[in-house]
Amino acid sequence: MLELDSVSKVFPRGAFGRSGVTAVRDVSFAVRPGEVVSLIGESGSGKSTIGRMVLRLASVTRGRITFDGADIAGLTRTRQLREYHRRVQGVFQDPFSSCNPVFPADRVLDAVRRGYFPDVGAAEWRDRVDAALEVVRLDPAQVRGRYPHQLSGGQLQRLLIARALLLDIRLLVADEVISMLDASTRIDVLNLLADLRARGLGILFVTHDLALGNYVSDTTVILRRGRVVETGATATVFADPLHPYTRRLLASVPRLRRRWSDLPDEPAGARPCPYHERYPRGAAAGPPLLAVADDHHVGCFADDGKPC
Amino acid sequence: MALQVSDLRVHYRTVRGDVRALDGVTFALADGEITGLAGESGSGKTTLGKSLVRLDGRMRHVGGRVELDGRELPIGDSARMDRFRFHEVSVIPQYAMSALNPTRRIGTMVRELLRSRGIGHRAVRPELERRLRLVGLAPEVLDRYPIELSGGMKQRVVMVLSTLLDPALLVADEVTSALDVSTQRAVAEALVEFRDRGYVRSMIVVTHDLSLVYQIADSIMVMYGGRLAEKAPADALVTAPRHPYTRRLLAALPEPGVRHEDKRLAGIPGGPPELLDPPAGCRFRARCPLADDRCAEQPPFTEVAPAHFVACWKAG
Repeated sequence: MLELDSVSKVFPRGAFGRSGVTAVRDVSFAVRPGEVVSLIGESGSGKSTIGRMVLRLASVTRGRITFDGADIAGLTRTRQLREYHRRVQGVFQDPFSSCNPVFPADRVLDAVRRGYFPDVGAAEWRDRVDAALEVVRLDPAQVRGRYPHQLSGGQLQRLLIARALLLDIRLLVADEVISMLDASTRIDVLNLLADLRARGLGILFVTHDLALGNYVSDTTVILRRGRVVETGATATVFADPLHPYTRRLLASVPRLRRRWSDLPDEPAGARPCPYHERYPRGAAAGPPLLAVADDHHVGCFADDGKPC
Repeated sequence: MALQVSDLRVHYRTVRGDVRALDGVTFALADGEITGLAGESGSGKTTLGKSLVRLDGRMRHVGGRVELDGRELPIGDSARMDRFRFHEVSVIPQYAMSALNPTRRIGTMVRELLRSRGIGHRAVRPELERRLRLVGLAPEVLDRYPIELSGGMKQRVVMVLSTLLDPALLVADEVTSALDVSTQRAVAEALVEFRDRGYVRSMIVVTHDLSLVYQIADSIMVMYGGRLAEKAPADALVTAPRHPYTRRLLAALPEPGVRHEDKRLAGIPGGPPELLDPPAGCRFRARCPLADDRCAEQPPFTEVAPAHFVACWKAG
């Protein structure tokens, strides 16, 4: 459904943009209907930039992003872009900054009607809104006419997901949607994403939190400095991480019932990077990804000579 | 006993009335103890941390006492607290990274801070450099502007500064929450190192992240609705929690390895109580699956096992 093919993003820097910063480099992956793909990375890994490019909020410098085979860079007319956004929507980290605090929160739902469904009558629209709220398990009476500050972060975030569902979406870009929520409510939003997947929605789940990515996703893409370091079926990547960076990252994740000090430190170079074994000169020399198994690929972010 | 907090009450003044952010908090902290203070937003954890060092303008000390090494801390009296701050009690505030003045070199800021406290810069400079090296920073960072440092570096600079005079108590408020996982680990482990070397005697690590604080804390306190729900040794709290809130909270945390298909975790329905006019009795009552009539009466915070305190009628 969604496919990224060697996508790069260069942000111009310096006088007249003569030098550039490459935020995303040669990234390829796909999201199929009913699949959750986790895009995991630390700050500066390019994960949010990829989400923004998929939503057409940022342009692609090189490579192609296609949705059902059509290059989304070709959607230049307002009408075409509107059609695209009927299918592909985003939800972001801070639900409160997605809403205007001086208006009731459900105004974002009416905006969908004004923008996309001007012909739908008031009564039918009400039914549709109720149905969408039911999917995200919100009581319509609880949210109608309420202002953003009267709702919890989790409720507001679910309202924004309901907004996306009012459109006939097939792909949802969820960018750090739960990192601002409290522990007792964030799991509800994660479960909701899993329910939506069961209904055939494709989800691109952007996060810095490996535990959350693991809970809900089918496929994991681990990014570092704009490159894919490791990708594959989530269960495989988490059970058998092959790239030294992925292993370091997993070892640093704080877990309950297992302290950092309980884990023996892996001596540097104990398990070398499989990518470097094959392409000793690093990311500059080989293809972006090396297949180590059918559904498990390893890349590299280190340039010449630097260890990874 | 390094720190003894007894029935501490701190309220926020608002036009609609007093918000009871701390409503009777009692606990003790031993010499050398690192305790994690965990809670969700609005539970009062930041207020508790701040109360021990500096009440801000809207906060009012309504009742209770705080004793450090047997001496009462005059927490309601900002001028008298000045004697203790930085020397005896110190804080790494939330968003410490943005607490550095962007127009000043870090070294300049340090000199100004020391001068304002009547401490000669020359005398502490060697120790300052030694401690910066200990957390992996070259003393040259003192010549840099805050914008030139990464978030983790700034966090470590603030940490070294806050503990420079070897305070008896350090309150570290969400020091790792804005950092990447690998940096997070380095900063958290540096906190333990500081305690082990005696730069800080006891520490309260305020956080919303139970798995993070479990890594470094000797004991963990869980706060709910302005009161302590539970305090226990870290392992006991995580493996044998007694308070229904702690249990539900731990059960809602996805761990690496737990997948949705295998085990669907559940959140806690409902929301935290309004602290402007909180309900009588146990604050968790409305969301608690075990609640009955008795819970209309406030449960005492009692010791149910060695060093394991719980405020719940059902926890006995």
